[in-house]
Amino acid sequence: MIPVAFDYQRPTSVDEALALLEEHGDEAKLLAGGHSLLPMMKLRLAYPSVVVDVGRLSDLSYVDDSGDQLAIGALTRHRDVEIHPLVAEHAPLLAAATGHVGDPQVRHRGTLGGALAHADAAGDHPSALLALGGSVVVRSAQGGERVIEADDLFTGFLESSLEPTEMIIEIRIPKHTGQGWNFQKFNRRAQDWAIVGVSAQRVDGGARVALVNMHPTPIRAVAVEEALADGADAATAAELAGDGMEPSADLNAGVDYRTHLARVLTRRALQAAGID
Amino acid sequence: MEITVDVNGTSHTHDVEPRTLLVHFIRDIAGLTGTNIGCDTSSCGACTVHLDGEAVKSCTVLAVQADGQRVTTIEGLAATRADGADGMHPMQEAFMNCHALQCGYCTPGMVMASVSLLDEIPNPTEAQVREGLEGNLCRCTGYHNIVKAVLAVAGGER
Ligand SMILES: Cc1cc2nc3c(=O)[nH]c(=O)nc-3n(C[C@H](O)[C@H](O)[C@H](O)COP(=O)(O)OP(=O)(O)OC[C@H]3O[C@@H](n4cnc5c(N)ncnc54)[C@H](O)[C@@H]3O)c2cc1C
Ligand code: FES
Ligand code: FES
Repeated sequence: MIPVAFDYQRPTSVDEALALLEEHGDEAKLLAGGHSLLPMMKLRLAYPSVVVDVGRLSDLSYVDDSGDQLAIGALTRHRDVEIHPLVAEHAPLLAAATGHVGDPQVRHRGTLGGALAHADAAGDHPSALLALGGSVVVRSAQGGERVIEADDLFTGFLESSLEPTEMIIEIRIPKHTGQGWNFQKFNRRAQDWAIVGVSAQRVDGGARVALVNMHPTPIRAVAVEEALADGADAATAAELAGDGMEPSADLNAGVDYRTHLARVLTRRALQAAGID
Repeated sequence: MEITVDVNGTSHTHDVEPRTLLVHFIRDIAGLTGTNIGCDTSSCGACTVHLDGEAVKSCTVLAVQADGQRVTTIEGLAATRADGADGMHPMQEAFMNCHALQCGYCTPGMVMASVSLLDEIPNPTEAQVREGLEGNLCRCTGYHNIVKAVLAVAGGER
């Protein structure tokens, strides 16, 4: 299987990449790690006429300490996020979620910016970003820079609030140093995507909880968070995982089973994060 | 588009369509057919090669993405022996000695993934080997002997 023919561009700077997006609009697609885009192009579910390869823009591969947050370059590969000491110290939930992505070969190529821009409800990173209360910095040639909070990023099935001319430049993660957290991923085979997954991060006064593959978009388990804030115990709050969500049914799981998984995994995640 | 890829120390310059997959470049243009295509959907790992020293699935990389980079395939692995001596790479020897292959279809990818694994975790536990090879499927061996082979190279069984 090979993709439909396309015009290939390899800009040498972010500005050049943004100019290409401005020029070609929604005919163009950025190529970062290519581990979501290329499979879709091979299956001909995506057929951009211009592919803008930003994979070599190594200035956008970094993890920096910027005070009360971590700043992670959009092109930082999963493997580099997974093993970075700053991530381990200040956002271990992100390291764990990243370590569960695909397999080592996938993690050598895929990037954090690509995973978030792809906005896949089945993806592990979006749930971690939601639970950590992170944000992304996006830039376009005409519009300059803006910051999108995780809660405003995921708008529909594989859809984000990014404009076609915008590129994610940086991901910002508030530090959660020394606070309880847990990541749960349930799948049948080692390298698979989650049938259901849970990111739980303790914060002052409760926890932020986000679910994988329980809705057309990555989603926060708001009912669980509110119950915890009102003093419910983990087991009681976890019963509300899935409330207000519309999980899909597929070969791996029907709606009832997915909802059951969400409850059990949320309870496990909360308890492992140190919430009784 | 004209690209130059160093494959196993030999520079290959060719005019390719941007949609050419790296695995097709390796097999059809460089003529190195040791790298197999199993699934073509980034699931099986049969096409695993090293791109700038790291294991990647070459069915999910465009040849143009490897322009100017270094690729090592199973044919070039022996030449990367740390001691520079002739003969197979220790991982290849261990696969042979531990009977870590039957039909052999997964083997080139499995060996390349195993070498990359030990580059990152020189002294893995058995569990780390099993997890580290999760991207590579073998339909014959049941994996046990593959895991033994990797552990043998890592410094003996434990
Ligand atoms: C076999 C396999 C198994 C996988 N398993 C998992 C899994 O278990 N869990 C999981 O979460 N993921 C999994 N993935 C997906 C993987 O994490 C991808 O790497 C990731 O989703 C996309 O990142 P990328 O850098 O490869 O993006 P690309 O494929 O390069 O791009 C994806 C999309 O984002 C856009 N884009 C990329 N970078 C930017 C940017 N900086 N700004 C704006 N838009 C951008 C592209 O235009 C494209 O539309 C798997 C992939 C494969 C092939
Ligand atoms: S052929 Fe590339 S992973 Fe199966
Ligand atoms: S030896 Fe036959 S697939 Fe592994």
